[in-house]
Amino acid sequence: MERLIAVIPVLLLIALALTIVRLRSLLAIAILSGVYSLMMALVFTVLDAVDVAFTEASVGAGITLTLMLAAMSLTTRREAAKPRNRLRDGAALIVAIIVGLAFVYATLHMPMLGDPAAPIHLHVAPRYIAQGPVETGVPNMVTSILASYRGYDTLGEVTVIFTAGIGVIALLWRWGRDER
Amino acid sequence: MNEHLIVRVITKMLVPFILLFALYVQMHGDFGPGGGFQAGVIFATAFIVYAIVFGMIPTLRAMPVGIVAAMVSLGVMLYAGVGFAAIVAGGSFLDYSVFDTQDPAHGQHLGILLVELGVGITVSGVLMAIFFTFAERYSR
Repeated sequence: MERLIAVIPVLLLIALALTIVRLRSLLAIAILSGVYSLMMALVFTVLDAVDVAFTEASVGAGITLTLMLAAMSLTTRREAAKPRNRLRDGAALIVAIIVGLAFVYATLHMPMLGDPAAPIHLHVAPRYIAQGPVETGVPNMVTSILASYRGYDTLGEVTVIFTAGIGVIALLWRWGRDER
Repeated sequence: MNEHLIVRVITKMLVPFILLFALYVQMHGDFGPGGGFQAGVIFATAFIVYAIVFGMIPTLRAMPVGIVAAMVSLGVMLYAGVGFAAIVAGGSFLDYSVFDTQDPAHGQHLGILLVELGVGITVSGVLMAIFFTFAERYSR
């Protein structure tokens, strides 16, 4: 039963991806991308990654969709039709299939999902689980790792967001300027 | 959206609760799921929803563009400032344990709350700045 719950969102993800590829209306694509993120949040919830699911639901399904619609209000709502080029499309399809197969081949060498003997669970994770609440006084492990053990990385992430904001402000911001 | 009565009424009712939920996620990130990033997104969403329904003029009365622009850099400065405060207190960069010499875990907790607040301020500022920029272009 639990496996079935995990399979349904994944099947929906595939269906959504195929639909998005075939669509030309940017409005519909933006909304379906939001639905895609929501399904992805479901997958993360099934994987017990609630913090990631929370982020995916609020950022992917919520704010990205809104910003996409806001950007669309400044441009057009339909993708321009491109002339078909069988040679180019065929080459792209072959490259995509090869890369996809390479990814599938790579997953065969990975440890099973949730395997407690996987290398990633044997390195620093046991120490964080055992010592995190004692050393930081924070019961939520994700918070203690993000903000304290990996505080330097998070500072870098905040700087990335800051840079994105400064970029938009530098390029497009016109508040408080007198323009004709 | 000025003509949609139901949307206007519901939005007006929801916005305070969205803001309250953002503050809850911000301050409760150490015990439950969430933290500064999610809280910043939710906080910005409240103002964006309000701007979509009621327009930019009433939104700017509640959240002037000057404050939004300041928030963008204020959060990063708070985060890095906590890091440098740890150096001044005698530790290494971003080592919050030195904030409480009797109980290092308490110092860690304080430092985590402060840097999460920095994350929240910058994230909400950036998202509002992007939306406000688009909105200003659209209204012209």
